[in-house]
Amino acid sequence: MIQEDTLKKVLYIDLSKKKFWVEERTDLFSQFIGGTGVAIKLLHENCGYDIDPFSPENPIIFAIGPLNGLFPIASKTVAVFKSPHTGNLGESHAGGRSAIAIRMAGYGAIVIKGRSDRPCYIAIHSDKVYFKDATTLWGLEEGVSAGRLIRNQEPGAGLRTIMRIGPAGEKMVSFACVTLETYRHFGRLGLGAVFGSKNLKAVVVSGKRDLKVTNFKEYKEVYGELLAQLAQSDKMRKYHELGTSSNIMPLSFSRGIPIKNLLTNELQEISNISGESFAEKHLGRRVACSHCPVACIHLATLRKPYEDEPYFYRTVYLSYDYELIYALGSMLGVTSSEGVLKLIEVVEDMGLDAISTGVVLSWITEAFEKGVISEKMTEGLIPQWGNVDTYIEIIKKIVYGTSEFFNDTRRGIDYVSSKYGGKEFALTYGGNEMPGYHTGYAAHIGYLFGARHSHLDSAGYAIDKEAMVRPLNEEQIANKIISEECWRQILSTLVICFFGREIYTVDVILRCLKLTGYNISKEELLKIGQKIYIDKYRFKIKSGFDLSSLSLPKRVFELPSSIGLLKKDFADRIIEILREKIKSLL
Amino acid sequence: MPVFVRDSEKCVGCLICMFACGRAHLAVGLESSCIKVRSQGGISRGFSVFVCRGCEDPPCARSCPEDALIVRKSGGVLLKEDRCTGCSYCVKACILDAIGWSTIKNKPVICIQCGECAKSCHYRVLEYRRI
Repeated sequence: MIQEDTLKKVLYIDLSKKKFWVEERTDLFSQFIGGTGVAIKLLHENCGYDIDPFSPENPIIFAIGPLNGLFPIASKTVAVFKSPHTGNLGESHAGGRSAIAIRMAGYGAIVIKGRSDRPCYIAIHSDKVYFKDATTLWGLEEGVSAGRLIRNQEPGAGLRTIMRIGPAGEKMVSFACVTLETYRHFGRLGLGAVFGSKNLKAVVVSGKRDLKVTNFKEYKEVYGELLAQLAQSDKMRKYHELGTSSNIMPLSFSRGIPIKNLLTNELQEISNISGESFAEKHLGRRVACSHCPVACIHLATLRKPYEDEPYFYRTVYLSYDYELIYALGSMLGVTSSEGVLKLIEVVEDMGLDAISTGVVLSWITEAFEKGVISEKMTEGLIPQWGNVDTYIEIIKKIVYGTSEFFNDTRRGIDYVSSKYGGKEFALTYGGNEMPGYHTGYAAHIGYLFGARHSHLDSAGYAIDKEAMVRPLNEEQIANKIISEECWRQILSTLVICFFGREIYTVDVILRCLKLTGYNISKEELLKIGQKIYIDKYRFKIKSGFDLSSLSLPKRVFELPSSIGLLKKDFADRIIEILREKIKSLL
Repeated sequence: MPVFVRDSEKCVGCLICMFACGRAHLAVGLESSCIKVRSQGGISRGFSVFVCRGCEDPPCARSCPEDALIVRKSGGVLLKEDRCTGCSYCVKACILDAIGWSTIKNKPVICIQCGECAKSCHYRVLEYRRI
């Protein structure tokens, strides 16, 4: 790396002692580049394997990489922590203004430890760190936004990130998210709850600086080529135009979109919640993360009349994409776009992970239908497919409810189904709720073995798509899952948004890295990716993750996927191969 | 008037223009950028872009006690860095808020009327017109 680069600076913040200090970690950034590579090393250093995720000892680690602030679409921040949702590796990525703000503030990583005695927020403005009182921001009801209040208090308009939690984070719901810039999230695995456990309402970061490159002329050339590709390439069209929600109809035709907890492949009027339909009826604005020209964030307008006051309307903007329409639409049998938006609004207000919330609701609905849970347990609420108003009430109960059942739902459906039954239709993978692809073996086994149990670990749906054309055997599927996940570690060290993955090929990445002072070969780069993957698995296993107990939910085998009905013995063989491969790597 | 804001309602807030401005000042990053992009009180309300419109009779130049800003014939101003004392009167004089500030140099960052910002904007929020 370039010697003067501030990337090597790690900012440590101790919330218990209200102290902060900076350490230069050239060792980490030169060996593991940045982002997820540095973050997992910092997690091993700062997090005891047997600690409670809600203890002050659980660190929150944010990390960025050398390409952030230098090249377009390198716009993401990696957050790692011990997950209160799964009990092992917590990792989530978000864009917004966060990556550029951390880079411009002059850090490569931020490690937050301890627990504040009172609610507080942290404001990081370049080399200054402030511990601010947030007692008034704690417990805010709907209608008053902590983000808006902090915005008025802090400098750095236009360049700052404001990462904050909602009521779900404060109440330590294990799938609470951290929201940034209103529309982006560290969504999965419960970072919001870890914020809550530390009495940490928000983290603000801002700064402004110039960075160094090894050759300015070449830098301009590479930058120009990348910008042109991001604008013109067909590879980006999907994100440019309708956004990821363009996948609703194709995946519906191929039976790949999960519907009603995977009870059926049929959902009448699914076209009402297609990307096309959302664009036509609701698309009000498109926005982008800092330093990304793609503007994939699609904001829908939802106009709601005031019931008590004629001719008064409330118009809200809500971001939507494929995963949200799946989790809060098809999965719940909701086929009106307004209904999906109403659910998105309450999920945003509460500060929950949308995917997990949708899957929790779908499990509750089926469990209720099957008599696994009763009306008494749901405090009189009767969940029904498609009934948006009841779902809104249930979401609020998950956060605010006092009954034993709702208390339990705050831990996700892995826990709830272990306690009450209904495990066979609890769609969880390593403790995390299912993403929106029932496309075939690779999608499901990808969630199961992915280090963060996310569809983004290995994009199994893309492997399934390949298998639809040319069948793949067990060994091939297992190999593809591992090699894709290893490669994605590289993208996450830099930190490039996965939407730019087809533009940022190995050669492009090596050129970019050279300009930031990293002279490494393709082989070395791939090796770093594998090392990071192994390091993640080591953390998981030391924290109690058990490879031998991994299995797919029974329901997965009961409903045809995009590649037909999945066979358990075929899946089991892939699982066995992956288990052995991972064990041999450790 | 080389660069003007054609339609800020279309701005997505990507900051690509700010980075382009930095490169035009031979820098990488945002310290040497004179453009500002800010949300209009929250991202849902869209963005405002603050960019030099190359005034013919620029208040920034008139406010400079050291005559460090030279009025260009084609609009806009040139900064004579050696004359600048870093008083920042020019920044206050610009009603468009289109002058940047380098805290390292303690001097303003002045638009050089190159149009790189407009050329890099995918959404044609900014338009570069040669005159």
